[in-house]
Amino acid sequence: MSTLAHVFEAEGLATIALGSMRDAIEHTAPPRGLFCDFPLGRPLGVPGDADFQHAVLATAFGLLDATEPVFAQYPISIEEDASEMIACALPPRHDPDAHPAVDEARGLRNAYERGAVQTGTRNGAGRVVSADDIPAAIEAFIRVADGVPWKEAGVPGIPSRVSQDIRGYYETAALAMVDHAPSAWAGTRWFLDETETGKIILAARAAMRDAGAKHALWFYMTPGDR
Amino acid sequence: MPDQDLKAMTADIETPDFETTAFTAPPPLSEATVALVTTASLHHPDQDDFAPADAGYRVLDGNRRDYVTGHWSPNFDAIGFAFDMNTVFPLDRLDELASQGVIGKVADHHLAYAGNQFDLSAVRMDSGPAGGRWLKEQGVDVVLLTPV
Repeated sequence: MSTLAHVFEAEGLATIALGSMRDAIEHTAPPRGLFCDFPLGRPLGVPGDADFQHAVLATAFGLLDATEPVFAQYPISIEEDASEMIACALPPRHDPDAHPAVDEARGLRNAYERGAVQTGTRNGAGRVVSADDIPAAIEAFIRVADGVPWKEAGVPGIPSRVSQDIRGYYETAALAMVDHAPSAWAGTRWFLDETETGKIILAARAAMRDAGAKHALWFYMTPGDR
Repeated sequence: MPDQDLKAMTADIETPDFETTAFTAPPPLSEATVALVTTASLHHPDQDDFAPADAGYRVLDGNRRDYVTGHWSPNFDAIGFAFDMNTVFPLDRLDELASQGVIGKVADHHLAYAGNQFDLSAVRMDSGPAGGRWLKEQGVDVVLLTPV
């Protein structure tokens, strides 16, 4: 981000770089940098709050008045509300012969479709695994969690990418069931801590780690704090 | 508290040094053409997704709203962008500022890069300058850069 600011400025463009990580934007020192202490993934601060976003933009564009390189911090910080969990009713068991995670994913399909209409799957669901193939991808991770080497388990792509698609499928479904912008990470907490599939992803990730799989293959299956 | 933990985990990632800082004076904002450039790996569904370590960029059509993130990192909250694209890519806000006369014009096209880069040399030496020149050729004066 800040690297591009330096490069663009040399090409004759005036830039303002927003940054969510203070150390990075301070060290790279773009010509005009605005550190916004907001959750990662939310550089404009608050989803669905046009007034808040306009206030951030006003501060950012105000840096264009500077006559030399400038760094500023937006005066409002947003801390993660770790207490919020998306309140989404998970579907009841439908097929007793299916693994609970697979049954759950199938049960969320209608919500996913509604969410996809609302958001266009902006969060990237469906990049390597289509909605139709999500249950099969979950079955592959069930096998990994049970000890099958990931290369033999039928994971339909790079595990981290497949995991992101599954998380995206769930978060897209969740958006169809909430009436407000979830707080930062509330969707991820709900997926990993409340859903059957989230538990499978965590278990498969741990199994890959314990089996000595390459770090990048298992580590990025969930956010790095897990 | 994943956000604090993740920021702490990434605090030591090496960032590039710039011995000099280029500085371009902009025209008055009310006369400027403004573009967005994001490192959120956005692309349209009919464009190529970003590959791992993809140092290229995608041109985003400002008349469309079907932006999809192809970011490889799971280390950001994705549901905020899913709920409201302006959380990352504030194009609706720029359109409003243009209609109010605060900015001169919103560029017709914008750019997206992939932020999950550990080796920035290709962006610094190749795709970054190329993207900057392309924006300049489109008449862009001011670029707002947003991460994810």
